[in-house]
Amino acid sequence: MLAQQFANAVSLGGVYALFALGFTLVFGVLNVVNLAHGSIFMLGAYAALKAVTLLGLPLWAALLFAMAVSAAAGWILDRLIFSPLRARRAPHLAPMIATIGLAISINSVIEGSFGAANLRFPADLLPADTLSIGAIQITWLEIRIIVLALFLMAVLLWTLKKTRIGCALRALAESAKAAALLGVNVEGLFRLSAVMASMLGGVAGVLIALYSNAVFPNMGQPMLHKGIAVVILGGMGDIRGALLGGFFLGFAEVFSVAYIGSTMRDAIAFGLLFAILLARPQGLFGQAAQRRA
Amino acid sequence: MNWQTLVVRVIFAVGLGAEVVCAGEIKIGVAEALTGNAAQYGVPIRKGFELAKGEINGAGGVHGNKIELIIEDEQGKKEEAINVFKKLIFQDKALMLFGPTLSNSAQASDPVAQAAKIVAFGTSNTADGITSIGNYVFRNSVTEADILPVTLKVAAQKTGLKKVAVLYGNDDIFTKSGYDNFTKALQALKIPVTTTETFAKGDVDFKPQLTKIKASNADAIVLSALVAEGGPIMVQARQLGIALPFIGGNGMNSPRVFELAKDNSDNLWVGSPWSMENPAGENKRFISAFHKAHNGPPDQFSAQAYDAMYIVATALKKIKLSGKLEADRATLRDALPATQFSGATGPFKFRQVNDKDGKPAGYDAVQTAIVMLTKGNQYTIHK
Repeated sequence: MLAQQFANAVSLGGVYALFALGFTLVFGVLNVVNLAHGSIFMLGAYAALKAVTLLGLPLWAALLFAMAVSAAAGWILDRLIFSPLRARRAPHLAPMIATIGLAISINSVIEGSFGAANLRFPADLLPADTLSIGAIQITWLEIRIIVLALFLMAVLLWTLKKTRIGCALRALAESAKAAALLGVNVEGLFRLSAVMASMLGGVAGVLIALYSNAVFPNMGQPMLHKGIAVVILGGMGDIRGALLGGFFLGFAEVFSVAYIGSTMRDAIAFGLLFAILLARPQGLFGQAAQRRA
Repeated sequence: MNWQTLVVRVIFAVGLGAEVVCAGEIKIGVAEALTGNAAQYGVPIRKGFELAKGEINGAGGVHGNKIELIIEDEQGKKEEAINVFKKLIFQDKALMLFGPTLSNSAQASDPVAQAAKIVAFGTSNTADGITSIGNYVFRNSVTEADILPVTLKVAAQKTGLKKVAVLYGNDDIFTKSGYDNFTKALQALKIPVTTTETFAKGDVDFKPQLTKIKASNADAIVLSALVAEGGPIMVQARQLGIALPFIGGNGMNSPRVFELAKDNSDNLWVGSPWSMENPAGENKRFISAFHKAHNGPPDQFSAQAYDAMYIVATALKKIKLSGKLEADRATLRDALPATQFSGATGPFKFRQVNDKDGKPAGYDAVQTAIVMLTKGNQYTIHK
């Protein structure tokens, strides 16, 4: 049982990490808590689902379609909400509250168009085989989610550390004003990060919907709550922190179910999180509110 | 024609002392959730009422009087249910009321009907305590407290299970009450529980709980879940190599199991007051009439609404309406408890329940559950 629970924890951690990556990127660069991230996550899942069921696209094409739809949503999010609020130097809370409104609107539109009931991807879309390694049963999809979460994290880290764009993004995270003085296209980069973060959210939506066999309008809400916890635990805006935080929450949940009891799951997992934050308020990787991204 | 005209006609007829055929209308209020989340139940319910009404009126109505339905949307919300009940009672002057859709709403609106002394007849309220509100509250929906013990007993006999693991959603009133009823039934049958696990709404991952259940060496998994979580639970259990039978509550009694757990849905036991597969003549007639009227298959909710309309029509046939609204409402109430009917959901009669102080109150359904087992993405009857 221990080996299987370990595998369960790794794949659940991968799910949380995947969700938290996009979420933390927006926070790191734009310095905004994007409460619409859960809705964009859901939008990605619906886009892929409809691409498969209505347009008859194969899964890889549906994934690209979902990325395009969620990227567009990210562009609109920045154009419509973040950008005007930036221009007016609105305080922190304004964009956060605005994203709550956007999240409710997106959810209502999806609920109105596709109904409130759970949907799922066609059963034959992915090979259903489970892999048996010793006492462990794991599906190919779970392995893909874990690998993809690690891969995306590596790409993001590499981009931030080694490329010119990454350099500019880090400058931006430090101080938008200084970056602008140095000739960085601040507005363009802000928009780019919103688009990239939403695209990540959309991909996460598709994979997690495949994993859980459930697509429904409110699917982003519980993920959002856990995502916020993961991002805070990892250190707001830190890419490695999002990954580590995701795995931490996965392990905390799975092992509290395994050894304490499922009714206590959330109490234990979030209690631990609370304890860590008491000891280290800036999160695991946070550098005491100096630099992000 | 409205009530005043009916009253005038009745007075006229009585006054003349002549045998005048009075082709009036019997106004019945229907308060169901036709929009919002609960519309998935409310809309099939409306279709069931409309089908039965059409058939009854087509066959000459009740003593020559046609049944008229005043249908209102209560949106699955408590406040709306109260508003709609008030409108139907005081403004539309209905003879009786059907609805509301959800138990939650019934808790709020049925006291209004009880106070106004008008029958409130629920066709889909299964929570405990609804009919204890008072003696004007009726329902023909069979509660989980009646169905789950039967499901469990049949499944235990057929599979020879000795001990079970229990898995339920602990943040939902419906799945929690299903769990309570399962626990009672397990104690009554003296079946030991190896482990009890829970999950919450919106969970995507049930493997930790299922892994624990697998290690507990149970012979079956008792599952109180809505299909939204129950479907993925079945898929993930099979992925973990757990081939045990599932024994589900009413939440798992939905054809949506076969969408959400497609090809992983075998070996699930559920009990239901109604089944598409039930070969009884009344049920076959209902299914084909429903297909014709609504261009699609019925579900349990339309079957129960359809039967409820016939139960009321049967009661109405036994009484003579005076035209005085308050007296007629009371006469109908008095006629309902003894009414028996055999329809799409099988033979039916009422049983009086007690309120919190042990005094006689409203009426629940007495009906035999049909136990079904899933195989090849469909239910098969197993009793």
